Amino acid sequence: MGKVLKCDLCEQPATVHLTQIVNNKIHKVDLCEKCAQEKGVTDPNGFSLADLLMKGNPDETPASGSPGLSCPTCGCTEKDFQTTGRLGCPDCYETFAEILHPLLRKMHKGTHHTGKVPVRALARKTLLEKIQMAEDQLQQAIGKEEYEKAAKFRDQIKELKDEFSSAPTP
Amino acid sequence: MTIKDLLESKAELTHDRRDSNGPVVLSSRIRLARNLASYPFPTRANPAQRREILSTCLSTLKDVTGLKTATVFKNEKLSDLDKKILFERHLISRDLMHSANGSGILISRDQSVVVMVNEEDHLRIQVLRNGFQFKNLWRNIDRIDTAIEEQLHYAFSPKVGYLTACPTNLGTGMRASVMMHLPALITLKQMDKVLRAVSQLGLAVRGLFGEGSDASGSIFQISNQTTLGEGETEIIKRLSSVLDTIYEYEINAREKLLESEPIKLRDKIGRAYGVLRNAGVLTSAETMNLLSLIRLGVDLGTFPAETREMVDRLFIEAQPGHVSYLGQKELESEYRDRLRAHLIRDYFKTIAEPDFHSMEPK
Repeated sequence: MGKVLKCDLCEQPATVHLTQIVNNKIHKVDLCEKCAQEKGVTDPNGFSLADLLMKGNPDETPASGSPGLSCPTCGCTEKDFQTTGRLGCPDCYETFAEILHPLLRKMHKGTHHTGKVPVRALARKTLLEKIQMAEDQLQQAIGKEEYEKAAKFRDQIKELKDEFSSAPTP
Repeated sequence: MTIKDLLESKAELTHDRRDSNGPVVLSSRIRLARNLASYPFPTRANPAQRREILSTCLSTLKDVTGLKTATVFKNEKLSDLDKKILFERHLISRDLMHSANGSGILISRDQSVVVMVNEEDHLRIQVLRNGFQFKNLWRNIDRIDTAIEEQLHYAFSPKVGYLTACPTNLGTGMRASVMMHLPALITLKQMDKVLRAVSQLGLAVRGLFGEGSDASGSIFQISNQTTLGEGETEIIKRLSSVLDTIYEYEINAREKLLESEPIKLRDKIGRAYGVLRNAGVLTSAETMNLLSLIRLGVDLGTFPAETREMVDRLFIEAQPGHVSYLGQKELESEYRDRLRAHLIRDYFKTIAEPDFHSMEPK
């Protein structure tokens, strides 16, 4: 009592005191009302201390081999990620895999998913990969003028595509 | 359904139909973050993509069992006051309140299932219930999620799980949380001790508490912080065991308070009742603190058990947006505080004088 805590971000008197436990470590943050609002601390659904810690300590962000990395799918750059703490699209997880790995280790209990698996999404993904493979083989066969083989691949592709478009029922 | 209907209908959080509200635990909630594989995340999607995502998601959601009678609100059609009300009812996040066009929200009839579209992730599926209800909640949200997944292609990697805009949600994309009312731990200044006691686990405790004043009504939200490396049921199990511990701590702290300062405690509860029943002007911070004391009083047997439902409803209905709504528009805070006092006086008219009999030393 008596000691007035100052906001970690702007030196104003802190009125919001937040404690989170991340991987056995207690992290404490003191913020003033304004910074707390800005950082979304007052919204229990939208805030995570990990973001704040990550943004607060740019030095801690692990160095990566290629500094100017950007996602070929959505254009999100490494810098975008570091300033917002958000990725641009699902493919960013591939693009920034190297940067993300050490962060995930710090942030989470493990780096492998062991929870629910969307069975259908995976089945569709496998089908798409099969179709892609068959299409590659078809092109090769055509290139080599092996038309019998090509016809076989064409049938295979048709079958796979039919399977893909007919939404499976449970 | 309009915002007006929403306010007038019996919602899970404001009308405890299953009688599941008890001491300490107010409500439980589980949220899943999900994204479509073929679009950028909402903040990076262009307006046309955002509209496409919204209509794709909404048309799928409408066919999910339990959501067929749900109401859809598009963000751009809601006024600031409407959004404030949805936020105060714990139905939307602050992010969604300020989100660009092309966001939407789907609310089930009893307001216990909410799906936000184009918030930080394409889909934020939420289920909530009064009391401590993780088992039911998980069963329900798992079913809804699976039904959605039959129609929409989720962004998922076998290695790191459901892909989310923020890596802190990666993996299960799940956040399970409980709202706990911990007035005795606050009074005895033991919150730090509690935090240490639960430190084996990746948990987050959130609450606003300044020196001396406690504008949050001693209510804390406790949730899992990590989402990757453990399955959903493991996370819930771990969280539940910690919540049990916190519950025990709070109950013990209450016993200690009753033993060491019964007169002071009785005085505080009695004054809270007096002010709420008679005040002419009430700020929302004062109201929260006084309601918190009434809830504690109910738990200690000072007021009948039904009073708890009313207190929990007022925790929501006494918020600034809800009070403004009564006045039909955004109100000056001075007028709002008078209107709030009026609303609360009306409610407290029906509540009998506190009976401190149960607080006497045995």
